[in-house]
Amino acid sequence: MSALPQPLACFHCGLPVPEDARWHVPIDGIDRAMCCPGCEAVARTIVDIGQASYYRERTGFAATAGTAADLVPPELRLYDSDPLYSADGTEQAEAVLLVEGIRCAACVWLIEHRLLKIDGVTAASLNVATERLTVRWRQDAVKLSDLLQALRTIGYTAFPYDAARHSEQLRKTSRTLGRQLFVAGLSMMQVMMYVAPAYMAEDGTLDADMAALMRWASLLLTLPAIVYSAQPFFAGAWASLRARVLGMDVPVALGIGAAFLGSVVATWRGSGDVYFDSVTMFIFLLLASRYLELLARRKAAGALERMQHALPASASKLAGWPARDSTVVPAAALVADDHIAVKPGEAFSADGVIVEGRTAVDLALLTGESVPQPKGPGDAVPGGAVNTSSAVVLRVTKPVADSTLSGLLKLVERAGAAKPRIAQWADKAASRFVLALLLFAIATLAFWSWHDPARAWPVAIAVLVVSCPCALSLATPSALAAATDSLLAKGILVVQPHVLETLHRATHIVFDKTGTLTTGRPTVQAVHTFNDMDSATAAQLAAALEAGSLHPIGRAIAAHADALPHLVTWHAEDLLELPGQGLEGTVAGQRYRLGNASFAAMLAGSAPPDTNAGADATTVWLVSQGRWLACFAVSDSLRTDAQRTVDLFRSHGKQVVLLSGDRQALADQVAQRLGIGIALGDCLPEQKLAYVQRLQAAGAVVAMVGDGINDAAVLSAADVSFAMSSGAALAQVHADTVLLHGQLGMVGETAAMAAATMRVIRQNLAWATVYNIVAIPAAAFGLLGPWLAGVGMAASSAIVIVNALRLRAR
Amino acid sequence: MESLFLLVPLSIALVFGALWVFFKASDDGQFEDLEGPALRILHDDDTPDR
Repeated sequence: MSALPQPLACFHCGLPVPEDARWHVPIDGIDRAMCCPGCEAVARTIVDIGQASYYRERTGFAATAGTAADLVPPELRLYDSDPLYSADGTEQAEAVLLVEGIRCAACVWLIEHRLLKIDGVTAASLNVATERLTVRWRQDAVKLSDLLQALRTIGYTAFPYDAARHSEQLRKTSRTLGRQLFVAGLSMMQVMMYVAPAYMAEDGTLDADMAALMRWASLLLTLPAIVYSAQPFFAGAWASLRARVLGMDVPVALGIGAAFLGSVVATWRGSGDVYFDSVTMFIFLLLASRYLELLARRKAAGALERMQHALPASASKLAGWPARDSTVVPAAALVADDHIAVKPGEAFSADGVIVEGRTAVDLALLTGESVPQPKGPGDAVPGGAVNTSSAVVLRVTKPVADSTLSGLLKLVERAGAAKPRIAQWADKAASRFVLALLLFAIATLAFWSWHDPARAWPVAIAVLVVSCPCALSLATPSALAAATDSLLAKGILVVQPHVLETLHRATHIVFDKTGTLTTGRPTVQAVHTFNDMDSATAAQLAAALEAGSLHPIGRAIAAHADALPHLVTWHAEDLLELPGQGLEGTVAGQRYRLGNASFAAMLAGSAPPDTNAGADATTVWLVSQGRWLACFAVSDSLRTDAQRTVDLFRSHGKQVVLLSGDRQALADQVAQRLGIGIALGDCLPEQKLAYVQRLQAAGAVVAMVGDGINDAAVLSAADVSFAMSSGAALAQVHADTVLLHGQLGMVGETAAMAAATMRVIRQNLAWATVYNIVAIPAAAFGLLGPWLAGVGMAASSAIVIVNALRLRAR
Repeated sequence: MESLFLLVPLSIALVFGALWVFFKASDDGQFEDLEGPALRILHDDDTPDR
């Protein structure tokens, strides 16, 4: 069973081992190479707890440990105090955890054994299908965070999953639907057996008693299907009737009901046709397609949930300000006049005013402004902004519930309420068909009552059964389910069922700029050097100065230098940072400054030389005493697939629009490079929303691709929306579609799939229409026997489903 | 042929019996995880730890 590692592959995770790697762990007496300290730590832990047999039993490599093996961040401790995960009164607590990185059978074994070895854990059981781990433990012996940490040390990331609130509903729905499907299937198979003799026997050879027995048996076995399995159709029909529309469920319910009642009457009287086989088959086929659709969407929802259940927002509260002792508290527990410390790289948990420290604040998430703003004591900072340069102390002015972030959320809700509902249009069209069908059935009944009363009732039922809008009602959902599943495999989560339909009709594709068309991270675009400096040396000097910096521009320069061949490694000393201006430090005995032009000029002692760095770039200057050395042009770079995606939509004749919260000049510049005709900058969330609503009022169907909280409202208002998964979790919740791997090109993939799906749906609808046009009149003229009606109905739906399944193969 | 008058009702009773068993199993969570138990049985405690 054991998987033999390739030479030079990490024994734990299977990734290639770097040549200069020095990490190894003795496992079963053999020294095994590891690719990183994370894997080494995890493997050592597994050996140390006496579970090395994991490596013998496994059938696949583990997930790479990387950062998972880090110490538990203080945020995990928050879960200990969360009453949701504590059983009240008893000593036992139970929690459901979502576990990532389960690869094979040995993982299940390893995880369960690891947890059961902890003192105080009484039960641990992992559901492989849902990746959910149920743990029970004694609260006096062990804490939830200890369990999470234990899982992290063996290389699995787990986080609490609020089972009570979320999963129960979903589980019940799918369990009920599964049971209904099973009952319908069993009932269908049995009824087929009982009706077979009636179809097979020559006229008159089946004696009356036997025929009656078979009919009564079929009736009895159809009952569970009608009473239990067909509930969703009757409930749906009743709901749509109460809302005074004729939905798709109405003819379904009516067809089932009429065919069943007609058959019951025929059975009771002992004469006439019975349709029990058609009824059960119809129920089964319809339920099967609904079940498939539910499974596909549950998979999609599961992945979304995992993102939303990432660590809770937390804050370091300085309870005794101006004393410095901080405690980590949930952000939701903050109230006005609390003091919190915000480290560089962290997000501000609440709206507040800076009381100590100067820093640069990144508002990209809230306004789309890509350049960090300098803020000092007395300046207000909105919650959700990111602290980019140095630690500050903030006095909270509003509780989190009233913060800027919550305000944006309310905007989202308002936009959501005004959303056009395409689905209703489809239902309206179907209701006309249904109405026409019902009138036709009544007319048929009336005609035959006058012409030949004995055949009136069978013929009317034949019309309803043969026209059973089976093919019509399966045409759309079966194609959508197959397409959704296929997209999920490519990392595209379709959250709303209307996405493909609407995307295909879209006339305008609106892109956000920062984080969508661009990567959202600054990168070094160009290096200009002066006074005989070469650009590699300049980059490495600058990287040495920025070594410890968390500022995004500093990181960009460090990343740029890392990519160049290393000659010497410098270390900076006597570092001095002036927030919003730059850094000063000594490298190899020489004093350097790295920062904006005026800051650098103070050391250089002259005006900066001319460069033609574009207006869109932030310039960072490197100087030594009296000499200008280099200028780095740093700006947000375009995604590699941005050009391809924009071209694709333009070639399909769709209007591409760029809508950005960033400055107009930057928006224009990006639009010009990509060939986008319309670019609007300086847009507040309200203005973006208004722009999209104006387009919609003029009859446009708008698809919006965005990222970031400031987009959430407009994503909600657009007819169909996409969110990049690398963006803020909030935006994803309100988007119809989430691109899991953060690849913009996937929007194009989705559009192609939408076109294919619409083609299949059109084929399906065309087939269903042709079938109905031929079959309904034939039934109305009394030409179709019950078995022919049944076969026609089954074949028409089978063709529709097989056609839809072609989409999976794409 | 007369035997059918006994066998057909019997088969109906069987179907309802099967439904009852299915619902009971479903209530006990038998169908919640279809993969896990098969994997778990391979890795019992009798694997010696060395």
